[in-house]
Amino acid sequence: MDAEIKMLKVHLAGELFEVPEGSTIMMAFEYAGFQLKRGVGCREGYCGACATVYREKGDYKLQGGLACQTVVTDGMTIAQIPFVPAEKPIYDLTQLSPDVSTFTELFPSVFRCVSCNTCTKACPQDIQVMDYIQAIIRGDIARAADLSFDCIRCGLCAMRCPAEIVQYNNATLARRLYGHYLAKKSPELEKRIIEIEDGKYDKQINDLNEMGKEELSKIYFNREIKIS
Amino acid sequence: MYPDYMLESIKQVEKTRPKRLELAKKFGKRVFKPMNKQERQDILNTYHPDYKIDALRELHIGINKGDKMINEVVDLMESYPRNLSKIFDLSKVDYETDVLVIGAGSAGLSASLESAKAGVKTMLVTKLRLGDSNSMMAQGGIQAADQSDDDPRLHYLDVIGGGHFDNKKNLVEALVMDGPKSIKWLEELGVMFDKNEDGSMMVKSGGGTCRNRMHSTRDYTGAGICRVLRDEVQNNPDKINILEYTAATELIKDDKGQIAGAIIYHLDLKEYFIVKAKSVIIATGGFGRLHIRNFETTNHYGATADGLVMGYRAGANLLYLDSVQYHPTGAVFPEQIVGFLCTEKIRGLGAQPVDKDGELFVYPLEPRDIEASAFIRACETDNGVTTPTGLKGIWLDTPLIEELSGEGTIEKNLPAMLRQYNRFNIDIRKYPMLVYPTLHYQNGGLEINEKAETSIPGLYVAGEASGGLHGRNRLMGNSQLDIIVFGRRSGINAAKRVKDGVTLGKLSLKHVDDYAKEVEKLGIDKKQVSPMILPDYIPEHIKAKQLTTNYQGTLF
Repeated sequence: MDAEIKMLKVHLAGELFEVPEGSTIMMAFEYAGFQLKRGVGCREGYCGACATVYREKGDYKLQGGLACQTVVTDGMTIAQIPFVPAEKPIYDLTQLSPDVSTFTELFPSVFRCVSCNTCTKACPQDIQVMDYIQAIIRGDIARAADLSFDCIRCGLCAMRCPAEIVQYNNATLARRLYGHYLAKKSPELEKRIIEIEDGKYDKQINDLNEMGKEELSKIYFNREIKIS
Repeated sequence: MYPDYMLESIKQVEKTRPKRLELAKKFGKRVFKPMNKQERQDILNTYHPDYKIDALRELHIGINKGDKMINEVVDLMESYPRNLSKIFDLSKVDYETDVLVIGAGSAGLSASLESAKAGVKTMLVTKLRLGDSNSMMAQGGIQAADQSDDDPRLHYLDVIGGGHFDNKKNLVEALVMDGPKSIKWLEELGVMFDKNEDGSMMVKSGGGTCRNRMHSTRDYTGAGICRVLRDEVQNNPDKINILEYTAATELIKDDKGQIAGAIIYHLDLKEYFIVKAKSVIIATGGFGRLHIRNFETTNHYGATADGLVMGYRAGANLLYLDSVQYHPTGAVFPEQIVGFLCTEKIRGLGAQPVDKDGELFVYPLEPRDIEASAFIRACETDNGVTTPTGLKGIWLDTPLIEELSGEGTIEKNLPAMLRQYNRFNIDIRKYPMLVYPTLHYQNGGLEINEKAETSIPGLYVAGEASGGLHGRNRLMGNSQLDIIVFGRRSGINAAKRVKDGVTLGKLSLKHVDDYAKEVEKLGIDKKQVSPMILPDYIPEHIKAKQLTTNYQGTLF
């Protein structure tokens, strides 16, 4: 089988290695002999730990991606980003207002945005980054929260931004403001919390606690399933 | 994109789709008869990996000596500790704290927030980045019985039935009764739950639930929660001391048998430090990266069960480590994403599992172990589809979701899944996904009570590292709730212990030295060392020439 696997030449942090075709950047590093400590996380595109920059053979463009999600091409040159330097302001969420004034105070750099769209092009999640930054500038927190929802905080936007904005930290704050202040509260949730505190279910739960396996099993298999 | 021969099978799936759509419109999720008690037992016995004759073996060391456990867990337990007591002078302490939290997934983050809130000195160590964890990867949802047609009793029944009635009842009670207030806590921290126009929660069903109880933040539920907790922990630099890229390798006890801290190891510096602490919380997650029975895994790079090893050597009891959760739907094609989680929410939204001929063969929302066994049965009886690299799977018919609930449903509810497959040129709105069970969750772990305490004074465990809550099979959405409920309880109780007054005696690693002697008596090869800290995916021919030992995470 091994003979059939095509090998590709890639430059990993400047050194030339041969790795099997079809490898992701992460697999390529490991195949070459690196045990990763930084630039590795969930390995499924959810945690944002493996931000990577690379150039493809014959292409002048510096591209960004997640090492666990990007397949290597022949002649690719690759560098992993071990850490993204970014200041995170400290705040007490309960003392803020869900509008632009919060950003004026905590993230004044967001107003430096020159609408160049470099952040959007850098995003491996295809998020409309510039659009959510513009929404923040307009004070439209709900839209910023919605547009930035799929952000995994890999930091590639902030690394490329010529205005030196840390987009993903702005986005985190926008979403938290939305969740805390703007999202309509669920009346059912409040009601159930009070019922539990008032002991409405104590006896029912206690009865289950006292039952043997056989009796529990009978009730379980006979319970009504009402799902849609 | 799928190769031609797989597209041929997809044609069969398309052919049966109208018929299955009619079924779904008529019967909702009940397009196939759920299994009864006997059928469940039979399929587990024949097809579930835990029930294979060589899955388990007897453990020969520690307080659970004689118990049968998963082979890979026994390997970890019957390994040498690093020989630390000969190197370190425990009277020279590098860090001193009230509460030490090990692990920075949602359980560790919640624990740290509660500990800090109680006003005690808190330290959080994690071997990778803050928040990088399985918690971050959860997609489908978090359960809580807050709907008017639901209640904590029904949630309790689902938890304990799904766990085959082996669950510890006091833990189940804590989980279901804390459910609604946990959702509120998260919302107040700024988690954006999926809601209807009027503010009511958008809830879905999950495998083994009798009501719609699954709250979500699109299909980034774990991230939606974990990234908020991480941000909040970072908002408390004066109260929580965070150390990243730092693994705990062993617990420290005192001469009275209490927990007294941990040895920690910085991965970049390769330097060890001694932490003295009055309470320690293990929130290290599970064992997915042990690749049990060579299964692919959905788990984070750091899921190497370090906490189990440390806790067991310190004398804590292990529960249900004879059971592994295989998530029914792991990707098997394309090759680059083999093992990846395809959320249960996909079936919650109406996608049906079908065989190579496009035929239904199981109720789509059985508890995970039952559903996984049914998929394995389909593949072992030649009703699956084989990939170009020889893996087998069955189809999860995602286009049906759009036919049932309208165009745009997938983009709105499953953006992560859509993106994942689009990266490899497969549009799951048009083509089904090929799936097979993948190693997902450690059902058992270190035994705790409802205060998240172990039997060792000062040692707490929260989340996947703990055992008892889920019995021998966890339901979807109960792990996200577990890590919030028991993360918080561990933080609250660990801090309370400190405030009630703890006097530590002389620090000691005698329990580790004694354990090492026991391992030696078993005649184990000296190269076998645990905890593992990080998995190793370097090819054998290169490893053979790498003469350092840091591939076990550390030097002796």
